[in-house]
Amino acid sequence: MTSPKPRRQWPDWLAGYALLSPALLVMAATLAAPVIALFVLSFWSQTGFDIDRSFTLANYWKLIEPSSEPMVWMGIPFPFAYPVAAILMLKSLVMSLVATVVVIAMAYPMAYFLAFRVTRHKALWIILLTIPFWTSYLLRVFAWKIVLGYNGAINTGLKSLGIIEAPLEFLLYNPIAVMITLAHAWIAFTVLPIYVSLEKIDRSLLEAATDLGDSRWQRFWRVTLPLSAPGTIAAALLVFIPTVGDYVTPTLVGGPGGTMIGTLMQELFLRQDNAPLGAALAIVMMAIIAGIVALFLWAVGYSKMRERSR
Amino acid sequence: MAKADSIISISGVTKRFGPVTAVDDISFDISRGEFFSLLGSSGCGKTTLLRMLAGFEQPTEGEIFIDSEPMAGVPANHRPTNMVFQSYAIFPHLNVGENIGYGLRNAAISKDEAGKRVSDALELVKLSGYGGRAAHQLSGGQRQRVALARALVCRPKVLLLDEPLGALDKNLREEMQIELRALQRTVGITFVFVTHDQEEALTLSDRIAVMSKGRVLQIDAPEALYENPNCREVAEFIGTMNVFSGRIAASAKGATTIDARALGKLQARGTSRKGDYAFLAVRPEKLKLMTKKPAASMNAIAGVVSAISYRGDRHHFLVTAEGHDRPISVSQQNDSDTKSTPMNVGAKVWITWPATTGRVLSH
Repeated sequence: MTSPKPRRQWPDWLAGYALLSPALLVMAATLAAPVIALFVLSFWSQTGFDIDRSFTLANYWKLIEPSSEPMVWMGIPFPFAYPVAAILMLKSLVMSLVATVVVIAMAYPMAYFLAFRVTRHKALWIILLTIPFWTSYLLRVFAWKIVLGYNGAINTGLKSLGIIEAPLEFLLYNPIAVMITLAHAWIAFTVLPIYVSLEKIDRSLLEAATDLGDSRWQRFWRVTLPLSAPGTIAAALLVFIPTVGDYVTPTLVGGPGGTMIGTLMQELFLRQDNAPLGAALAIVMMAIIAGIVALFLWAVGYSKMRERSR
Repeated sequence: MAKADSIISISGVTKRFGPVTAVDDISFDISRGEFFSLLGSSGCGKTTLLRMLAGFEQPTEGEIFIDSEPMAGVPANHRPTNMVFQSYAIFPHLNVGENIGYGLRNAAISKDEAGKRVSDALELVKLSGYGGRAAHQLSGGQRQRVALARALVCRPKVLLLDEPLGALDKNLREEMQIELRALQRTVGITFVFVTHDQEEALTLSDRIAVMSKGRVLQIDAPEALYENPNCREVAEFIGTMNVFSGRIAASAKGATTIDARALGKLQARGTSRKGDYAFLAVRPEKLKLMTKKPAASMNAIAGVVSAISYRGDRHHFLVTAEGHDRPISVSQQNDSDTKSTPMNVGAKVWITWPATTGRVLSH
């Protein structure tokens, strides 16, 4: 008697990984491997032109080594022997935070308009939003150099109108220029997730709020904003996480006052030839950002939000 | 102007959306404490009318009064109405208690008073102890109750319900109908109920407005609508109706004879002008099937049974008669002991009914 040979079925989890494998390979090669390399590197040390591969915590110790004479920056004492890392870390976090707040403050109304006011040609509006991406990031940063520069658009414009006599020097090469540039570069990324979360809100919920006595503003605070929070939080993280470590923008428009932690890392790796210390700094930065993000998500109750949007 | 006992007065209201007229010159009053239904198929304008009462849409023409106050220019959040939405519109980010208390935040009452009213409302809809539940943990029936409690807790003068039972399965729907009716009697608030389900409207309502193409065809109590429809459209929308057409052969003192050509002369209640084209409407349960030709005083049509369906409490027959294009529905109660029906498909039968059970309709 012959019975049909049972077809070998892959278990679901294996089939899932098989489908994921191309993406997983790319991720492993470009993300996991460099991070692991960086992690290993941070426990080695630089001796002249060579790298000493014996395990050491010296790099991490250097970043937090206390000093009896604290360095004061912006009125805040930094009691470290190597204070520049901590100062730039704090400065980068603050600058990114400001840029993130500015981005969300500008992107939210745009997304709101798109979700609630635009009724026709929505696709066209969304395409228009992507226009900044049609040029490279570098060019967009350079464009701000032209706008804000000594002989830039703003200065020559104001001069020809007779409002100012000499070009304003405070426009470029400072933290504000960095924040403006970062905000502009990232805003287009944030409109879409906010838009999606607004678009998903059932319109009858808004009518119900009105029906129960809410004015437009009350309704916004009590229904629209909380229900769009998941997308808005995602958008904020999308800006905050990558901008902390950004080094192109501070290098091009930041000047000496606008340096960020990424600038220091680049210095350590390339000019000061101390890759292990740079690696340790990068790992610490990642840990700090991860910690801040986790704390933030916990504070806003993100897991609860996800549960109910299911 | 509004009558003294009417809570809602609709006067010449028309609503146009561009070239489409959704509601076409409607006028009627709803009495205080009434359970009033707007019944019609989709697109008849019933929901638009309800949304105009709520303040979500403004009439293009005409006026709406609620408790004698003109509503023109009064936004939805300042109207003495609350709504139960078709989708229930339960706020997903708030728990049951917060949902129900939502409207009380806008009312000038203390926190204690609000808390008491929320727990009273929970009790009213039989959800005591559910205040802390998350919205996504509720079943369909529970969501419906929360939506009801959330609207009632604001103590509106009028509660507007937009097909609130449509999403529930049949058994739950019937259970909720009974509860809804009892609830309305308890709170005494005027309910305006939109539905496309005629059975639901008949079960629940004190009065029903049957709507079609933006107009109101008839406003009446359920029995009156069922027994005395004023036109063919209402007759056919509410329940099943057999309609025969022909010219009026004679009409006097509320008794009319219609010449239904091949079907012969048929008699019915109502008055009409001799020679006019008219309809005779008669319900399936008023008809009887007989195997022999009945007495001459009765209406009688000869036909052949084309289909029989068993409905438990009754049998439903379709009978084809020569000269009538649609099969005639006949419903017979299974009230005798006989287990099977004596009629079979293909049997020649006489359909018969007394002159008093049919009704003449002019359009």
